[in-house]
Amino acid sequence: MDAAEFIYPNDPHVAWSIMIVLYPYITGLVAGAFVVSSLYHVFDQQVLKPVARLALVTALCFCMFATLPLLLHLHHPERAFNIMITPNATSAMAGFGFIYSFYMLLLVIEVWLVFRPDIVERVNTNHGIRRWVYLVLSLGVPRITEQSLKIDRRLIRILAVVGIPAACVLHGYVGFLFGAVKANPWWSTALMPVIFLISAVLSGIAVLLALYVFICWRHQVAPEIECLRTLVRYLWIALITAFSLEALELIHMGYEAGSEWHILRTLLTEKLAVSYVLVQVIVGSLVPLVLLSVAVIAKPSRRMTVWIACIAAVLILVQVFAMRWNVVIGGQLFSKSFRGFVEYRISWFGREGILAAAVVLMLPFIALYGANRVLPISTADDH
Amino acid sequence: MVEPSDELKISKDRSECDGCDTQCACNATHDLSPPDTNLTTGPEISNDADRRNFLKQATTITLGALSLTVLPWSRDNDDGKNVGGGSATPIVYGFLVDTEKCIGAGKCLTACRVENDVPEGYSRTWVERYIHYKDGRVEVDRVPESGYHAAGLVDIDSELIDRSYFVPKLCNHCEDAPCNQVCPVHASFTSPEGVELIDTDSCIGCAYCVQACPYGVRFVNPNTNSADKCTWCYHRITQNEKPACVEACPVDARVFGRLDDPESELNRRLAKVPHHVLREHLGTHPKLHYIGLSGEVN
Repeated sequence: MDAAEFIYPNDPHVAWSIMIVLYPYITGLVAGAFVVSSLYHVFDQQVLKPVARLALVTALCFCMFATLPLLLHLHHPERAFNIMITPNATSAMAGFGFIYSFYMLLLVIEVWLVFRPDIVERVNTNHGIRRWVYLVLSLGVPRITEQSLKIDRRLIRILAVVGIPAACVLHGYVGFLFGAVKANPWWSTALMPVIFLISAVLSGIAVLLALYVFICWRHQVAPEIECLRTLVRYLWIALITAFSLEALELIHMGYEAGSEWHILRTLLTEKLAVSYVLVQVIVGSLVPLVLLSVAVIAKPSRRMTVWIACIAAVLILVQVFAMRWNVVIGGQLFSKSFRGFVEYRISWFGREGILAAAVVLMLPFIALYGANRVLPISTADDH
Repeated sequence: MVEPSDELKISKDRSECDGCDTQCACNATHDLSPPDTNLTTGPEISNDADRRNFLKQATTITLGALSLTVLPWSRDNDDGKNVGGGSATPIVYGFLVDTEKCIGAGKCLTACRVENDVPEGYSRTWVERYIHYKDGRVEVDRVPESGYHAAGLVDIDSELIDRSYFVPKLCNHCEDAPCNQVCPVHASFTSPEGVELIDTDSCIGCAYCVQACPYGVRFVNPNTNSADKCTWCYHRITQNEKPACVEACPVDARVFGRLDDPESELNRRLAKVPHHVLREHLGTHPKLHYIGLSGEVN
């Protein structure tokens, strides 16, 4: 053993894999997309109407698969429901089952209410199996009245209002899971839930922006420029906030320079030099910051705005993934002896391999594609 | 009307009520016949009423079932407390490591692995060697299970070093154990004797406890797929035997005993000299104490 570096004997086994990177990434996209849909449904941001439905269904599609990485990670997935049957009140993780179930239920109901008029219309305009599919989706109520629409709208608004804190709790608690681990100086900060939440909003707006432009491109229609500019503005604000918070956390750690700073400094400058300094900070934060600043302040042409928005959105999605990676994996790269580092070796195959992770990440998009085949998600005729 | 939902009735007050035949929250009567605003034609009202009743009942049953899941929360304080006997004033165990006595023989390591069937590549206990060089460097390495001499390691020239010592590590069995706090399913629990244990039949293998332990003593056992760690050989100590590592130590560097008995060897040795716990600042209150602990050790 290298005497200069000393690691505890159990530390080489990195306990939380890429699946635990994906989990906060996916729930972040859920929370962020939902916030955008609520900007329309609650705060009446009419300019976001073209993406309001897309936002809601995107949140649902990602939420549907949020538990998949966890199940792939659990060493005893068959006991997963123990978390709800025998929950430990002192464990932050024990809240997951309840928070997730509540939020998923809320999303399903809200999506159903938003799309009910379309479902009912399709029951009456389709025949055969397609009609039956829509009839099942309508829960056997294939009709709409002015009164029922009024009630639906009120319920949508209530659910959208309740959904905002629920989305914040769903994702803020993920940050708390890490922030409350006093054994790990890279995680243990009260800022962690806030950082996770803001970066969730950031990633949610980014994925919607990218999806919206992609869908418009596929349908050969021009994106609504005002909607796009609004999303770009929100993206810009979220990026500035997220980047400032992350910088604040790091500056605070470095300035205090506590007993573990020496290991964190080496972690950042050597072990995470690529994923943190290059990907998260330079490529994922500073470049989009410049791009979005140009888009917001200089107000370039429609075509240029679309390009800038797309590039910035994709870079930000990479940045948020890198941020999750740097937190989850980065926090396990140093031994708890604080005298040495371990390596995270990821395989291509296996339950927690790269291919499985890619599939997990693709499934929400496939679900979104499927949903778009059944319901008019990408159109703007909400209400 | 097809959609005269209860929500609508309740939301109305007398001032809003437009007059109807059925009794509602506004104490007026509403007409349930379909108005002209129907966009499509649907089944009879009785079907809707049935559906509403069904939904009401389904909601009640679901909420009832969900509330049952909360019951275990009230059992928080019972979990694990019945393990190991029902004595009214349970004995409390502690552990002492005397770093001034340890010679790095490695006997404890083999004994633990054999006794507890610890898989290769993982450790429930280990022994660290600290070497303070005269030039100010401090190096740390780990004693091989065969011991320093048997492993054939090169001796370090005593002229180059100020001092060197061994520090055995194992579970600290903290009074305020972070592993117990974070376990989402009560699989990590404290025995009546204050020993931190894992119920491998209920552990879901999330590894949150592995992350939460500041001392790095936990791991996920690849054979059981459950969290694993030193139990102070609970199966032995409840039979009035010593933990395997304690029994194997040739120099009494490891002492196991009762913390609640002033006459125990553990307390007698602790009383004579200064002793410390690891990472005291974290507030975990370990029941594993160290004599001769140097400041470099964490």
